[in-house]
Amino acid sequence: MNMNVATAVDEAPPLLSIQNLSKGFAGVRALDDVSFSIRKGEIHALLGENGAGKSTFIKVLTGVYSRDAGQILFEGEAFHANNSGHAQSLGVSTVYQEVNLIPTMTVTENLTLLNQPRRFGLISPRKAEQRAREMLERVGLNIDPSEQLDHFSIAVQQLIAIARALGTKAKLLILDEPTASLDADEVSRLFELMTELKAQGISIIFVTHFLDQVYRISDRITVLRNGQYVDTYNTAELPQSELIRAMVGKSLDELSKDTGAESRAVQDTLFAIDQYGKQRCLEPVDLTVARGEIVGLAGMLGSGRTELCNLIFGVDSVDSGEMTLAGQSQSIRSPKQAIDAGMAYCPEDRKVDGIVAELSVRENMILALQAKRGWLRPIPMAEQKAMVEEMIDRLSIKTPNMNKPIGELSGGNQQKVILARWLLTHPQLLLLDEPTRGIDVGAHHDIIEIMNELCEQGMSLLVASSELEELVVFAHRVAIMKDRRKVKELTGSEISQQSIVAAIAQ
Amino acid sequence: MMNLKGLSINPKIWGPILSLVAIIVIMGIIDPGFVRIEFKDGRFYGSLIDVLVRATPTAIIALGMAVVIGTRGIDLSVGSVVAICGAVAAMLITETDLSFASVMVLSLAAGGVIGMLNGIMVSYIGIQPIIATLILMVSGRGIAQLITGGRSVSFDSVAMDIIGSGMFLAIPVRIWIAAGLLLLTILVMRKTAIGLFIESVGANARASRYVGIEARLFKMFAYVFSGICAALAGVILIADVGIAEINRLGLWLELDAILAVVLAGGSLNGGRIYLGLTIIGALIIQTLTTIIFSSGVPVEYNLIVKASIILAVLLVQSPTTQAAIKDLNMKRKGVRT
Amino acid sequence: MISERTLPLLSAIAVLLILYGYGSFAYNGFFGLRLAGYLLTDNAFIIVTAVGMAFVILSGGIDLSVGSMIAFICALMAFLVVKLNLHPLWAILISVLVGTCFGTIMGTIIAVFKIQPFIVTLAGMFMFRGLGYVINTQQVKIDHPFMTTLSDFGVYIGQGELNFVAMVMLVLLAVGVIVSKYTRFGHNVYAIGGDSNSAALLGVNITGTTIRVYALSGFYASVAGILFAVATGSAYPEVGIAVELDAISAVVLGGTLLTGGVGYVFGAFIGGMTFGVIQQLINFDGSLNAASTRIVIGVLLLAFILMQKVILIWARKVTAKPV
Repeated sequence: MNMNVATAVDEAPPLLSIQNLSKGFAGVRALDDVSFSIRKGEIHALLGENGAGKSTFIKVLTGVYSRDAGQILFEGEAFHANNSGHAQSLGVSTVYQEVNLIPTMTVTENLTLLNQPRRFGLISPRKAEQRAREMLERVGLNIDPSEQLDHFSIAVQQLIAIARALGTKAKLLILDEPTASLDADEVSRLFELMTELKAQGISIIFVTHFLDQVYRISDRITVLRNGQYVDTYNTAELPQSELIRAMVGKSLDELSKDTGAESRAVQDTLFAIDQYGKQRCLEPVDLTVARGEIVGLAGMLGSGRTELCNLIFGVDSVDSGEMTLAGQSQSIRSPKQAIDAGMAYCPEDRKVDGIVAELSVRENMILALQAKRGWLRPIPMAEQKAMVEEMIDRLSIKTPNMNKPIGELSGGNQQKVILARWLLTHPQLLLLDEPTRGIDVGAHHDIIEIMNELCEQGMSLLVASSELEELVVFAHRVAIMKDRRKVKELTGSEISQQSIVAAIAQ
Repeated sequence: MMNLKGLSINPKIWGPILSLVAIIVIMGIIDPGFVRIEFKDGRFYGSLIDVLVRATPTAIIALGMAVVIGTRGIDLSVGSVVAICGAVAAMLITETDLSFASVMVLSLAAGGVIGMLNGIMVSYIGIQPIIATLILMVSGRGIAQLITGGRSVSFDSVAMDIIGSGMFLAIPVRIWIAAGLLLLTILVMRKTAIGLFIESVGANARASRYVGIEARLFKMFAYVFSGICAALAGVILIADVGIAEINRLGLWLELDAILAVVLAGGSLNGGRIYLGLTIIGALIIQTLTTIIFSSGVPVEYNLIVKASIILAVLLVQSPTTQAAIKDLNMKRKGVRT
Repeated sequence: MISERTLPLLSAIAVLLILYGYGSFAYNGFFGLRLAGYLLTDNAFIIVTAVGMAFVILSGGIDLSVGSMIAFICALMAFLVVKLNLHPLWAILISVLVGTCFGTIMGTIIAVFKIQPFIVTLAGMFMFRGLGYVINTQQVKIDHPFMTTLSDFGVYIGQGELNFVAMVMLVLLAVGVIVSKYTRFGHNVYAIGGDSNSAALLGVNITGTTIRVYALSGFYASVAGILFAVATGSAYPEVGIAVELDAISAVVLGGTLLTGGVGYVFGAFIGGMTFGVIQQLINFDGSLNAASTRIVIGVLLLAFILMQKVILIWARKVTAKPV
């Protein structure tokens, strides 16, 4: 094992030192030889795109997963947690994005769970409440702890979760996306608390997607990419554009200035949204897509790309704004309405929202068209087979036959089947969220080709992607999302990887 | 009967069939009398025929249960529905002059309405299936007793005799009924898109929402169908003995039906519906019951045997066991991550 | 304090008082300690079963095997006392131990193999009923002076008798309430019923807690079986048919949410008593069929489940919870 000497030159010994940590799942290295350290009393941001290894890292650290190789030193001693409860008793506590408390129990019960003060062997409610008040005081909350947890807003629950995590002896606090569902005031309050805890000598690992917040609060930044350690930076010395390049994985020189697709003369607007948004989810967005145009949605993970797609397709309901499609005003409240209006959507999480793993390729492919036709008008088997065969051929889907359960196909082929599912409905507007994520190179290429082809045929596409180089190739226009709002729009020759990164970093 | 190509691909499908065959073959070796089928007086006699005849109520209910389980639900009320609809049929025959056809239609409609109530609670109000159907499981037998005034109703009806023990082309009428229902169900499920939608909703509710399937409607359909199946079974059960004995009518049947579906490979987590195999599952249960009855082993063991089988099947199907098997296979193949 | 937590229990108490008040008003001899004592005795074994069931339901599970467990324990008691000539005290100990073991086994299957509780306990329901039949298929008298002593033991409070069966019930109820409120195990049960994923992340031992919950339910059901044997001095295999449904109904009528995590063990007592009062009302009325009890229970069950839904929706609106 080679020790990473470069990072070990801090004056004081670090609180936590990660050395050559590795963890794999079914052949994929989710963490690959990662080494870095956390100082005492610092706020350390941990950044990376999807699949970078952040959550795997937290789970290995807190003992939810076992590590394959490597060493963790906590206060200079080997650290081996069996589970999150054990990790907490050793001084490492985690607060997850989804508040992990029991909504149906009182604040006191939540704060003292597994550690209730007892008298004569039985829990003493009076002492428990007293302890709860002390814990709440530490995070500056003045609430009645005998109230049920879910009577409080998410922000307060978040603080309660931190109070519990701090417990009595937390030295390292891991906050996983703590600000994801907070508004600006609530974020400020949380940051005040974080600063205060830092002053008390507690170290904080801060996992987030909000780059502005990283600059507001963190002392140092560590970037992971594809399970590998990229580097650790002092926040004050790192320009945002450098940070984004580190996360995306391209150095400045490698970032191409090439512009891709020509802009199309926007003559015929098919789709438009005006001030489309939802509180705590997406700030109001204006966007248009013309017939035969591919509009890219660029932005880092958590920038609001997926949220926008979900709102357009009716998976989630907007609370402001208007939509027109093909000249008609639309009020979309469910995917069914969106489909009937002529839209289609390949969601980001293929396994959960896309495929029905047990059903065959054929059944998965015809599902949307069949749902559109209704149950009374089944597509005749011969017709189904013809359609499916044509699609298998057209999209070069690799499957031994159309009756194979889709769950047994590779990711790229699953994605093609989902794409075929929607093409069969002949949509006017096709939404694709990360269409090329997690699929092999060949399928990747095929899908881009199909997108171009569809656009030639006059279909309109709205494609959310974090892969800048491919966005540049196919998009006629790019809307750039950041921190849940649209920050810029680039057209035609303005579109390059550099210009996109510059827009995000602004 | 279903998709022959599908049969050849999925080895899972052969499990129940082979189990049934194995049970019969083993019994045939131990006691050749068990597999003997005689033909006299224009009808077949033999233990196997007996199995077929006795399995019909369970098989019919299991068809409905299979569809409900496909939606990721469960219908615990079928035993009570059997009692209610048996009571309705018996009362209509004895207390009114309605034609037999009307009696049948009304009895089955009663089952459909009860199923609809279950369906409304599950899909529109959003109560968990176990609980929604538990309400009727609790009160159903009471309703049946209220209908008959708490007494057992015996009746005399030629048409009911035919359903109970009549013959058509040397085969008992109730087997024709069960076969007809199976065929009809397959037609409805496979020749419309209902089967596809139910399986899709049961296997992945989120993905089904993304493609615009109106899940509630199809869940509703499943419970209505299950109610009608239970009603039909109720009519057959009272026709068999010529009396509607409310206290015992349909007792334990919900359990047999669930067992049949599980034996057929249906997952309690929803998804694929195996209609033909569900019938096989019901036959396995009845074969075992008949064997226990005829072998001299005390009848009481019947319940223990059923419980052991259901536990064994569930343990094998369980995620923990499956993961362990996968792990073992991986190790054997030398795949290391 | 009225909140979404207490409202179901308060409504349950209100329903009980209204029914009891109606009975006292409408029928002679309804009000008074005599009937009260009778209600306590008559519903003791349902309430005891329901206390165990309350833990299971609070943990987010269900136990359909309790009715058969009662029958099996009765049969086992009879076998040990009559056939093996054991002293009833030993028989009681052995029976409770065996019942608790069976509960533990079911809990282990549920927790370790991650199979839905309803189907595992359904299999248990078959199994215990079958085992009960195997031990004896006929009605057996459990004749032993000690059993008679137990069943005759009682103290009179005015006209009402508080007998052994009722006393055991009250003690076990108190134990249940204390365990649920004042022990870590009790809080863990609420936690896994409220949100088992979060509970696991907080460090609650899900497997251990689940196993203990079903063991506890097995224990309470076996004691219920013994109470039944003591009260009737006999065992027959049809004992306890549908008691699981009565117990579940009692828990729900006592204001416990069937989805788990919300409710009070004490509610099982209120639910069981409501059950008994309805039965008595129908008895006193005389014109109603005994079967109507079940229908009334069913209607009340539906009403309570719908009420809980409404309360949940209302609570969600009132406590403006974002996202």
